[in-house]
Amino acid sequence: MAEPMVLELRDAARHFDVSRPLLQRIVAREGRRTLRAVDGVSFSIPKGTTLSLVGESGCGKSTVARLVVGLYSPTRGEVIFDGMPLAEARADPTKRQRMQMIFQDPYASLNPRWRVRDIVAEPLRAFGLVQGREAQQKRVGELLAQVGLNPLDGEKFPHEFSGGQRQRISIARALSSNPEFLVCDEPTSALDVSVQAQILNLMLDLQKRLGLTYLFISHNLAVVRQVSDRVGVMYLGKLVELAPSETLFHTPRHPYTRALMEAIPDLEMTGRQRIPVGGEVPSPITPPPGCTFHPRCPLANDRCRVEVPAMLPARGTPETVVACHAVEEGRDGALSPPLG
Amino acid sequence: MRAFFQSDLWWSFTRSPVTVASAIVAFICIAGAVLAPVLAPHNPFDLASLQLMDAFKPPVWGSEGDATYPLGTDDQGRDMLSAIMYGARVSLLVGFCAVIFSTTLGVALGLLAGYLGGKVDAVLMRIADIQLTFPSILVALLVDGVVRAALPRETHDQIALFVVIFAIGISNWPQFARTVRGSTLVERNKEYVQAARVIGLPSLKIMAQHVLPNVMSPVLVIATLNLGFAILAEATLSFLGVGVPPTQPSLGTLIRIGNDFLFSGEWWITIFPGVALIIMVLSVNLLGDWLRDALNPKLR
Amino acid sequence: MSQTQSMGGQALLQVRNLRVEFPTRRGTLVALDDVSFDIHPGEVLGVVGESGAGKSMTGAAIIGLLEPPGRIAGGEIRLAGRRIDDLPYEELRRIRGRQIGAIFQDPLTTLNPLYTVGDQLVETITTHLPLNPAEARRRAVEWLEMVGIPAAAQRVDSYPHEFSGGMRQRVVIALALCAEPKLVVADEPTTALDVSIQAQVIALLKTLAREKGTAMMLVTHDMGVIAETADRVAVMYAGRVIEIGAVRDVVKHAAHPYSAGLMGSIPPISHRVERLEQIDGSMPRLSSIPPGCPYNPRCPRVFDRCRVERPELLPAKANRAACWLYAPGEEGRLHG
Repeated sequence: MAEPMVLELRDAARHFDVSRPLLQRIVAREGRRTLRAVDGVSFSIPKGTTLSLVGESGCGKSTVARLVVGLYSPTRGEVIFDGMPLAEARADPTKRQRMQMIFQDPYASLNPRWRVRDIVAEPLRAFGLVQGREAQQKRVGELLAQVGLNPLDGEKFPHEFSGGQRQRISIARALSSNPEFLVCDEPTSALDVSVQAQILNLMLDLQKRLGLTYLFISHNLAVVRQVSDRVGVMYLGKLVELAPSETLFHTPRHPYTRALMEAIPDLEMTGRQRIPVGGEVPSPITPPPGCTFHPRCPLANDRCRVEVPAMLPARGTPETVVACHAVEEGRDGALSPPLG
Repeated sequence: MRAFFQSDLWWSFTRSPVTVASAIVAFICIAGAVLAPVLAPHNPFDLASLQLMDAFKPPVWGSEGDATYPLGTDDQGRDMLSAIMYGARVSLLVGFCAVIFSTTLGVALGLLAGYLGGKVDAVLMRIADIQLTFPSILVALLVDGVVRAALPRETHDQIALFVVIFAIGISNWPQFARTVRGSTLVERNKEYVQAARVIGLPSLKIMAQHVLPNVMSPVLVIATLNLGFAILAEATLSFLGVGVPPTQPSLGTLIRIGNDFLFSGEWWITIFPGVALIIMVLSVNLLGDWLRDALNPKLR
Repeated sequence: MSQTQSMGGQALLQVRNLRVEFPTRRGTLVALDDVSFDIHPGEVLGVVGESGAGKSMTGAAIIGLLEPPGRIAGGEIRLAGRRIDDLPYEELRRIRGRQIGAIFQDPLTTLNPLYTVGDQLVETITTHLPLNPAEARRRAVEWLEMVGIPAAAQRVDSYPHEFSGGMRQRVVIALALCAEPKLVVADEPTTALDVSIQAQVIALLKTLAREKGTAMMLVTHDMGVIAETADRVAVMYAGRVIEIGAVRDVVKHAAHPYSAGLMGSIPPISHRVERLEQIDGSMPRLSSIPPGCPYNPRCPRVFDRCRVERPELLPAKANRAACWLYAPGEEGRLHG
């Protein structure tokens, strides 16, 4: 770990007050209700690498993305960007311009009333990076070319583009402030699969060329495998497993990670049966005690129902940190045969 | 301009004969009012040209009709057509100004409430809720009454026009504010606004540059429909005698004056301003209805 | 009802040269162009393609729920030998409930929030089957059990909002199947669901179709779901079927360059590739479909004929593909 960390989260949490209005609470005699969208997440991302967070909807992965760029402030814990607390870093424009975000919905992430050139130039103007209209337009043209669009496309409005092209515009906007760190919140999940490949290839090319660091949020394990150096699996607001990508896909340790992988459709048509995970994700307002996965876990025992497991290096795959009593105790059918 | 004539809006406009007709009528009303000093056959406020002898002349098709006064004259010998054109001028001026006032106020407060949320939102919306429980004409009457009581009569007459504009405008802002707040809540959570927040743009800039242009379509519709309402409200106030000063009679003033003669047979003095008012408000409202349908993506 | 002697020969659903048009102010858009396929009883036909390819439109045309101003402008749709594309609305509505079940992506739009799921099931069952309310209720509970809703006897009196997303989609499936239709049109039934729930729902659909001999049209953009569930696959592009064949043949040995590209661009889960295969460009809008083969501007194997002449479905490998590479006389290009 010679490379410096671009981003570090230390026990970061974000809770939302989802209580009903005061009057209704009094009538129904209920207390305040807190949604623990993110509940104590720690990880760090070395420069030039990609960390992916995967999980099902409601697991808190998108909230982590918004914590990291400062759209939400943490309820607890710390977010450290470039060795500095996030709030301080974001107060300084020269630091702030080094982080950018790419969003999921290419139809909502571009202001429909703005021309593409103004959209892409917005960070340039906000940070005063390029002076003069002509120089700005020249830079916009370069950025559009960099993401595989025609520099003349700047004159058009977003609705004249397809979903994939819009996502390219989003990327051009993000790149315009010369960031080194990009938070990508499900950047391809709204796109068709052939276009998804275009965007993923573009993102990988840009990373190589510009030395970018990515925090990549996705629910698609196959996509995650293609882009990540390390992968974190989230369940109900917590990381349950964090490992180098190859290790994770080769030897998933947490029962939830294994269940996720077994639930993936079998495109290779090997005849492998999908094994559905029983039950459903519980509500993050009233999470189960102990390990939050225990109601769905085949390995759960009394300890799992009471004691919250900590993230510990796993036996056998020491590069993996995993929050599971069964792995710690070695009763996870240790290192079961790898997938595929 | 070329883009406008190729737009869906223009296309839907040309496809609706009622809308085209009301646009033409509205245009004639506005042009007649604005250009009254040029177009009107007489100047009803030029005392020198008033002929008391010509009072109570019926319209030109009546038995004693006079071609110089096509719609007849009132009790002081003023030409009704000219009086209506000048009156419409005042009505429209008050209407437009009141709508601009309530739009500006409502949009600004709605944006703030929707974008900032929390206490600002709660306070502003409760005020709007309370005001909405009163009929807006009552609010306008109240405001006018308070100003009337607070200021000496002379001062009041000087600023009467502004008082009416303020009274009508203030009675209508909640409608704009609530609509804008609703749209703002939707837009605020869209990713293009979040992208601007990630860059670190100040809230006011995001509201003005990103949210505002995207919440304006419904505002345009309400503003058009409100123009009709504001003209009517002004007429109502003037009819009740608390509106514009008598030195600048609006259509409502004309109707009130003529009302005294309705049962003595001089019906034209009140009917013609009334008809003019109806035509003007109706054409504006029909335009507003069309605009609402044309800008609603679900009905397109 | 016609008494079909041989089960093997007669297709339950026959779509022939279906053409759907959308008249707009800038001219008529052809949303579906010459679409033909069959579905046999007990068979699952997967329909795949990118958004805007016309796959959902095909489903809507069959159910008779095309959104105006869209209209069927040519061709025919036959259910068990009977034409259903030109029926009056009322008759079509009866058929839709009794013989065709529909499952949509968003379960919330299918369920009425004001009635309990039991009420909705009972209503559907009594409308279409000769059962009295008590029997219908018993049948409703059976269906809820069959689709895997725990404590079905109690849950039958719950309202839709009391179910979670995955459970709601199960209720929708029960609702679509409880009148025992011969054909089920499922449009992206698992897209709104999480992976772990998806697997449950797919397994359920598959078993039910097999057991009841229901024919199913499964519309989705998720090739994984198709690979697992479908017997045959139709690949759509720009409103046309460009390849159709057995699922294994299409997924593993696609004949049309577009299908091949589509399969290649799916990121594999089993290993990391150096670079994903990608198809450059994007699907043309309906207003600007190029002449000849609609895929020709993006096709790596394009030649002159593709730009002029529109290809019909031709035998290609083990499938049928609308591609000139497989025309008699062009054999040389295939390997060249």
